[in-house]
Amino acid sequence: MDAGPLPPPLIALHGVSRVYGRGEAEVVALARVDLEIRQGEFVAIMGPSGSGKSTAMNILGCLDTPTGGDYLFDGVSAGDLDRDGRTLLRRSFIGFVFQGFNLLPRTTALENVELPLVYRGMPADRRAVLAADALARVGLSGREDHTPSELSGGQQQRVAIARAIVTDPLLLLADEPTGNLDTRTSEEIMHLLTALNRERGITVVMVTHEPDIAAHARRVIRFKDGRIEDDRLQAAALPC
Amino acid sequence: MLSESVLLALRAIRRNILRSFLTVLGVVIGVAAVIAMVTIGNGATVRIQSELGSLGNNLLFIQPGQGGPGAPSGEARLFTVADAEAIRQQVGGVAAVAPVSRASATVVYGSESRATTVVGSTSDYLVTQGWDIALGRGFLDGEVRGGRSVCVIGETVRRELFGAADPVGASIRVRTVSCPIVGVLAAKGQSAGGADQDDTVIMPLRAVQRRLSGTTTVATILISAEDGVDTARVQAATTELLRERRGVQPGEKDDFAVRDMRQIVQTMTATTGVLTGLLGAVAAVSLVVGGIGIMNIMLVSVTERTREIGIRLAIGALEHQVLTQFLVEAVMLSLFGGLVGILLGLGLAFAASQLLAVPFVVDPGVVAGAFVFSAFVGIAFGYFPARSAARLDPIEALRRE
Repeated sequence: MDAGPLPPPLIALHGVSRVYGRGEAEVVALARVDLEIRQGEFVAIMGPSGSGKSTAMNILGCLDTPTGGDYLFDGVSAGDLDRDGRTLLRRSFIGFVFQGFNLLPRTTALENVELPLVYRGMPADRRAVLAADALARVGLSGREDHTPSELSGGQQQRVAIARAIVTDPLLLLADEPTGNLDTRTSEEIMHLLTALNRERGITVVMVTHEPDIAAHARRVIRFKDGRIEDDRLQAAALPC
Repeated sequence: MLSESVLLALRAIRRNILRSFLTVLGVVIGVAAVIAMVTIGNGATVRIQSELGSLGNNLLFIQPGQGGPGAPSGEARLFTVADAEAIRQQVGGVAAVAPVSRASATVVYGSESRATTVVGSTSDYLVTQGWDIALGRGFLDGEVRGGRSVCVIGETVRRELFGAADPVGASIRVRTVSCPIVGVLAAKGQSAGGADQDDTVIMPLRAVQRRLSGTTTVATILISAEDGVDTARVQAATTELLRERRGVQPGEKDDFAVRDMRQIVQTMTATTGVLTGLLGAVAAVSLVVGGIGIMNIMLVSVTERTREIGIRLAIGALEHQVLTQFLVEAVMLSLFGGLVGILLGLGLAFAASQLLAVPFVVDPGVVAGAFVFSAFVGIAFGYFPARSAARLDPIEALRRE
């Protein structure tokens, strides 16, 4: 790491543990993990299933709380927040992209993208403008009125990305974003995420088990048995 | 946010319109029953009150016995024509006194016949009843005094026996007595008790006593007080006079009853009110059952939409926002049911009022109350499912398919 004053990390895990169950049935999903991610990074998290990477993503996304240790998001201790507090943090600073897209069925692309803004209480006309803008950024202008069933997998994932970035988040969490897509479409989605990272400075943390996909990230973290096994920078992989 | 919830709820309801309708059927039936019961009850009350008006507001009637529980009414002595005459002469403030003796009889005209009630009385009977003559005339004094076999018939009897023909001047047979018709009464319709008041034939009292009942007694005496006279005073004076005439000793109970028609109407109104309340309560129970139906389907809906709820929670819905959404949906459902129920209930009440010939009286308070109550049902029974939706764990919910 460079010398000199660095901004505080966007994400800081200090000895974070996540234990499910009690006594005999106790399962340790995360065992005292230390991790710092700075603003603007593009991180891929890899590891076999059961290695704790999904648990880590849930904690990073404030969907789950650690049972031990501290999670500081932009200096705020997320572990001390109640459910609504975590929701507020999440909806203000974090965007989600899921493997299964998780769009609302029978709801148009525009309405899906508007959804996070609805819960922020934004007036309808302003919502529509921002949502249309986000759809344009993912290259889906003209598809505003399509429902998920009228869109291809790649297009659905673009709608999901538009929904994630419509609130201008600091952090984009992507859980196997290309898991349900073919190779060519996967590449398109990765180009989109890379562009969002480079051009808009959005921090991207992505879980994947495909090396091809992880190759797009500049930092790859490998989990195993609830611990970080390997954490290394790689030359900004494929050209965009 | 609330308008968004309303839009979302409308969409969810429309998406499953048949299920939504079946869900609210309980509320529909409950509200319809409450509205119909109360509206018909109100109509009956208004009807009774208007009959009070048509009775001239100041009718008293005297019956033998006390009519109360344990009173041996069969043993009580009846009255005589002389009793009625004494009341007319000795009690002040009396406009009309009509001794009445009733008999059942079959009346025949040509090939038509009808079993009806024959009332024997005087011209005062029509005064006490506030009854007008529609055709022909009433009894002449000579006909009453002489007990002539003439009659005035009610509208129902006229219609059944004569149809379109003019009955005045024709003779009907009352049992074996041939009886010329001198007049036809104006139609009165049903009484508060549902009896057809027009199903009657009126003859001079003596004619009925002599030719039909074979007695000289009188079962009932009707008194009409003069306008502006306190009926309670007439009641007291009449009671005193009859005790004396019938030899009731001081300290003994009356062996007759002088009733003020107004009291009777008040009693009937109260009874109708209690009945209306009771039926309304039964109907309210079905509203609660309807509420349980809504709760049931809302729980199903939460289960079906677990993943959707997970998505909403993950992308930033606060607990109370999810709660509101499902609560609004439950309230919209029950309000929809309430609205349909109100229309159905008013429709039923209208049909029933036509059938029972009572006025159709809509009580806006009850309609508004039913509407508010159905909203309350939605909140009460929608809260638990909505809360269980709001408390879902987003991670678990997203994993569900």
